Amino acid sequence: MGRGRGAWIALGRCQLRSLDALVLPLFGGLVVAALLLLPVGLGFPLLPPAAAALRRRSDRQRARAADRSGLPVSPPEPLPRTTRAILGDEGFWRDVRWAWCEPLTGGLLVAVPLSLFWYGVFGVLVQPFVWRLLGDENWYAFVPVRSTATMLAALLLGAGFLASAVALAPRTLAGHARWTRWALSAPYTTELVRRIDHLTGTRADALDVQAAELRRIERDLHDGAQARLVALGMTLEEATRLLDSDPAAARALLVEVRSVSERALQDLRELVHGILPPVLADRGLGDAVRSLALDSFLDVDVDVALPPGRFPAAVESAAYFAVAELLANAAKHSGAREVRIGLGHRDDVLRVSVADDGRGGAEASRDTGGLAGVRRRLLAFDGTLALHSPPGGPTLATLEIPCASSSPKTSSCSGTG
Amino acid sequence: MRVVLAEDLFLLRDGLTRTLQEHGCEVVAAVDNHPALVRALREERPDVAVIDVRLPPGFTDEGLRAALDARRERPGLPVLILSQYVDQLYAQELLAGGEGAVGYLLKDRVTHTAQFVDAVRTVAAGGTVLDPQVVARLLARGDARGNTAQLTPREHEVLRLMAEGRSNAAIAHTLHVSESAVAKHTASIFAKLRIEPSADDNRRVLAVLAHLRR
Repeated sequence: MGRGRGAWIALGRCQLRSLDALVLPLFGGLVVAALLLLPVGLGFPLLPPAAAALRRRSDRQRARAADRSGLPVSPPEPLPRTTRAILGDEGFWRDVRWAWCEPLTGGLLVAVPLSLFWYGVFGVLVQPFVWRLLGDENWYAFVPVRSTATMLAALLLGAGFLASAVALAPRTLAGHARWTRWALSAPYTTELVRRIDHLTGTRADALDVQAAELRRIERDLHDGAQARLVALGMTLEEATRLLDSDPAAARALLVEVRSVSERALQDLRELVHGILPPVLADRGLGDAVRSLALDSFLDVDVDVALPPGRFPAAVESAAYFAVAELLANAAKHSGAREVRIGLGHRDDVLRVSVADDGRGGAEASRDTGGLAGVRRRLLAFDGTLALHSPPGGPTLATLEIPCASSSPKTSSCSGTG
Repeated sequence: MRVVLAEDLFLLRDGLTRTLQEHGCEVVAAVDNHPALVRALREERPDVAVIDVRLPPGFTDEGLRAALDARRERPGLPVLILSQYVDQLYAQELLAGGEGAVGYLLKDRVTHTAQFVDAVRTVAAGGTVLDPQVVARLLARGDARGNTAQLTPREHEVLRLMAEGRSNAAIAHTLHVSESAVAKHTASIFAKLRIEPSADDNRRVLAVLAHLRR
């Protein structure tokens, strides 16, 4: 039912696109007229508004194509103000090219299901009434309509045309969206410049994060294990001195030494866990998340659908710490009882979802610490964190990291029997 | 008691061998890698195996895997796992069979030789020994869920020691009380947590763990 309705809507959209394609040459023509009037000077004041009008149309089309295909259409740089700059703008020429091609390519494309539809309508609704009036000259497609029998055949054929039009419409519309994406997405150089800007930014971020991490490790070692080991050496020295004169005191000091060494070990263990959790190193992301779930005070259900083998260590680590952060948030703020974690890998994208049944209202932007940090870490991999948390709940956090899984490694053991 | 030992650090392997020998155990094989461990477990058929989780060649969880494989081949083979860290997932995998005769301890614990050798003996006798750190996590979880809310502080302490795999006698010794007092406490704990009491020490531990994990 829903699909049938969708197909009819698609057909309606095809109709609108074809009307659009008819109007578009007006804008294309306006721009070309302005261009032609440049030598006599009249074009200079005319071009900017004409180009802007065309840009508004192309922007609308970009939004539609993005909506249809579910993929963003990267917009070109904003249109410059002056005529000279407009003439040098690659995005403007893309708009012009599109304005002149769209009626032919896009327009003809959407015309296919439309003509099938209208011809079908003619066959089904009109033929039964007009064939008697028209006589021998009346043909419907390849059927000469001269009798009730041939009229019924035409009716059937018309119904077939109608059905194929409806079936074809959604696919045609998707094809049109693809063509529009190709014709209207930003020029290659713009894309590259943007990509470079993005990479420069995320690289700086990644380096910052890493430097901060190193500082933290250094501080923890310095103030923790290192200090304890120094204290340990001093106590041992004292115990050695007391060994002959006061064995009882020496013994007490040695007992203290043991407890200090245990604390130092504990410190080191925690530090290692903070750098790279051993289970993650040993078993990979799936089991590491399972281990997190076992450690949580909440009811955590983990569904791992990952391919055998391992992801790049940095990706595993980023995903792991993101899940740890999300899980900790769920335990701290959401008031949730149950959490469901799903891990999957499809189309070279690692997807992790963390859903809780808490009260919601979490906002990534407001949280300067945890979630913002997670976002920054993910950005270094072109990863994203989407948070859906309406007040009243539930909260769903989804993180995606583009990455390929490496070939199975000997150390991965999830499947070892 | 015949022991197979797997530990890749020479100093630690040497120390462990000496400790075990001093306490009257016979170390029939002391190996430093996964293939040698697998071979030793098959050929020596020890009374108990003391195994480090991380072993060459992969330095991941070869030791644990070898132990699980060996127990699949020879159910109930007593295994004591030592590790630089303790993880609930590994504890769960070790306990999954429900047969007992397993232990999972932080490496730090070997410095308390008496307790360590005690743990080796308990495991060899079919008991279950869990590291206090694992038990502490499980208890914290039980507390957070209100599972252990009705217990008195003393009962809480007894529960912790019981989950670590101590016998009533050992618990009595640790808490400086009589064994009958411990028995009274355990009976009360079982009643409050609605666990079927059982004479078998090992089943008792597993029941406690199952309850805490819930």
